[in-house]
Amino acid sequence: MAFVKKNNKRNKADTPAQTTEFASSILKKQFRFDDWIAERVIKTVAFMSITFVALIFIFVFRETLPIFKDSSQITESFSARPQGNEESLKPEVYNPGNSESETELRPETYGVEISDLKPNEEKEHPLSAATGHENSRALSTLLSKDWQPVSDRPRYGILPLFFGTLKVTFISILFAAPIAILAAIYTALFAPRNIREFIKPAVELLAGFPSVVIGFFALMVMASFFQDLFGYSSRLNGFVGGIAMSLAAIPVIYTLTEDALTAVPRTFIEASLGLGASLRQTAFLVVLPTATPGIFAAVLLGIGRVFGETMIALMATGNAALTTINPFDSVRTLSATIGAEMAEVVFGDTHYSVLFLIGSLLFIFTFALNALAEFYFRNRLIRRFQGK
Amino acid sequence: MPWRSFISGTGSSGVSRVNDITTGMNRNTKDIIIQSLTGVSVLLILFVIVAMLIITFIGGWKNLTWEFLTEFPKEGMTKGGIFPAIVGTALMTLIMTVAAVPFGAITAIYLAEYAAEKSILAKTIRFAVKTLAVVPSIIFGLFGLGFFIKFIGLHMDNMFYKGELHWGQPNILWASLTMALLTLPIVIVSVEESIRTVPKEVREASLALGATKWQTIRRVVLPGSITGILTGTILAISRGAGEVAPILFTGAAYYLADLPRNLSDQFMSLGYHIYIMSTQSTNVDETLPIQFATTLVLLLLTFSLSMVAVILRYRIRKKAR
Repeated sequence: MAFVKKNNKRNKADTPAQTTEFASSILKKQFRFDDWIAERVIKTVAFMSITFVALIFIFVFRETLPIFKDSSQITESFSARPQGNEESLKPEVYNPGNSESETELRPETYGVEISDLKPNEEKEHPLSAATGHENSRALSTLLSKDWQPVSDRPRYGILPLFFGTLKVTFISILFAAPIAILAAIYTALFAPRNIREFIKPAVELLAGFPSVVIGFFALMVMASFFQDLFGYSSRLNGFVGGIAMSLAAIPVIYTLTEDALTAVPRTFIEASLGLGASLRQTAFLVVLPTATPGIFAAVLLGIGRVFGETMIALMATGNAALTTINPFDSVRTLSATIGAEMAEVVFGDTHYSVLFLIGSLLFIFTFALNALAEFYFRNRLIRRFQGK
Repeated sequence: MPWRSFISGTGSSGVSRVNDITTGMNRNTKDIIIQSLTGVSVLLILFVIVAMLIITFIGGWKNLTWEFLTEFPKEGMTKGGIFPAIVGTALMTLIMTVAAVPFGAITAIYLAEYAAEKSILAKTIRFAVKTLAVVPSIIFGLFGLGFFIKFIGLHMDNMFYKGELHWGQPNILWASLTMALLTLPIVIVSVEESIRTVPKEVREASLALGATKWQTIRRVVLPGSITGILTGTILAISRGAGEVAPILFTGAAYYLADLPRNLSDQFMSLGYHIYIMSTQSTNVDETLPIQFATTLVLLLLTFSLSMVAVILRYRIRKKAR
């Protein structure tokens, strides 16, 4: 009966001691095989979700590599040129005038002035040599103020795109955060039970609206409505986009804030009410301060949602890369740029790699936001609940 | 003032007539103002939801005929129906479901049944799942392009078709798998939630009768959480049917004369159709009724699916209480 005991231990349950040897031997056989396989398979599959995140990172980043690789080659050649290593620069071996053009290229690498140099260079270089230089040029124009990927002299300045994304995010969070937090306070603390059970699913339904539908709504209805209201010139702009995106952010912020508020220990509320505070005072002076880290995390995730939102940005922001403070000017966001231009680029060329670079930036940014919300704020919230 | 008790619930009615030191305002008045402010934000959100529904309904209702649902687009997409877009969306979500649901359910089983709460592996998996949930959908599109099409697809072509382009281009399979990755966290979260509602006693009873852990999970826990798996599936379908960004460059097509017959065919999708018709087509105003009707179809589809999911989840939570 030794294995019966063993079985007991593993299952942490009481198998009746009278189990016949016959039955337990059958059980033992099944136990070893099914269980072992099942556990391995389940564990492996579960582990795959970590792999997916890693794969996303690797493969999005992999496509941006050409920019860095080619430009580093060229930078190396600058420093190493006195020793004369033309061999390291494969495409340029065929070009006798290359050392000339490299010296001319030098200022470009640091992104100072480009205009007069390129026509020369384009004449001198055979087409096959263009990619490496184009990539280095792309890297040097990355921090410029122009996003003109499709032109004779393409410039890939992502600063205006970054600025546009920040502007739209700011506008939308400005609307979404107060509304969502106030609504969550109402739902968690003031609403009678039957009304609460109606509101929560209703807001969750808003989360179920596809972003293309919200974008369409913004494009067709909200844009005209706000134009009549404020009388600005461009119909699609950062403001319309921001308002539309706040519709996507509200459910995120609302749900997480509501969770944080309802997780505040009941004793806190009862103590406050018992001391004679009104429900409003309890809500704003006791529950809200306690749940602050959770609310911060909620807003962060809302920002992440808006920051990467593509379809609404594509449809409602106007997609012109302007860097003005005016909220009623049209903007072009990072994600909308990827969405609009990826379908038209040649696979593997510089523009393609730059779009993937933007994607990597977006990924890193949302990843960092999520990590911050998850580890820093969540831990602080839990510590507060424990009264530390 | 009956509405006051409606807003404030219990609690504040007992304490009254104490002046608030900071404003000198009667505390009850201040309570009412602030509490109504929170109520107004809820009403604002509800108003937007209802307004969107009503406006789309009014705009698209007239065009929503049987012919519209069962015909191909005609005359450069200015007339006709959206049949291929409906079929494309349905096929894409079907393949997506087949890929995402078993995967998500098994991960959820691991998290709920096997993983110790404090094990590092489980914590990492949880974080990975949350990351998948917050990564912008366009990144999934880039991943689909970089991984499925350019890595797996091209390598498959090199191996089986001697470099002839077959799998190394956008198609319905890659789009569905990309979408499956996007909807994976949704499935995991709702299945795990429902597995946790299966009472501990039921599990212990099964183990006490001599069943092994896997037998218990398969015969007791999974049947008990079938509603959760269903909810997860429905939510995933609802999300997958509406998302456009991941399929922009992994398989959606502007117009196709045929329905997709192979996994390596491109497909039309409702969401992509709306996006294209409202921004890229030459005569946006002329096709406005078609756009509204398409939006209405997509909205009704996702809305009714999420409604079912919400009701199911409500039941699960009620059972858990």
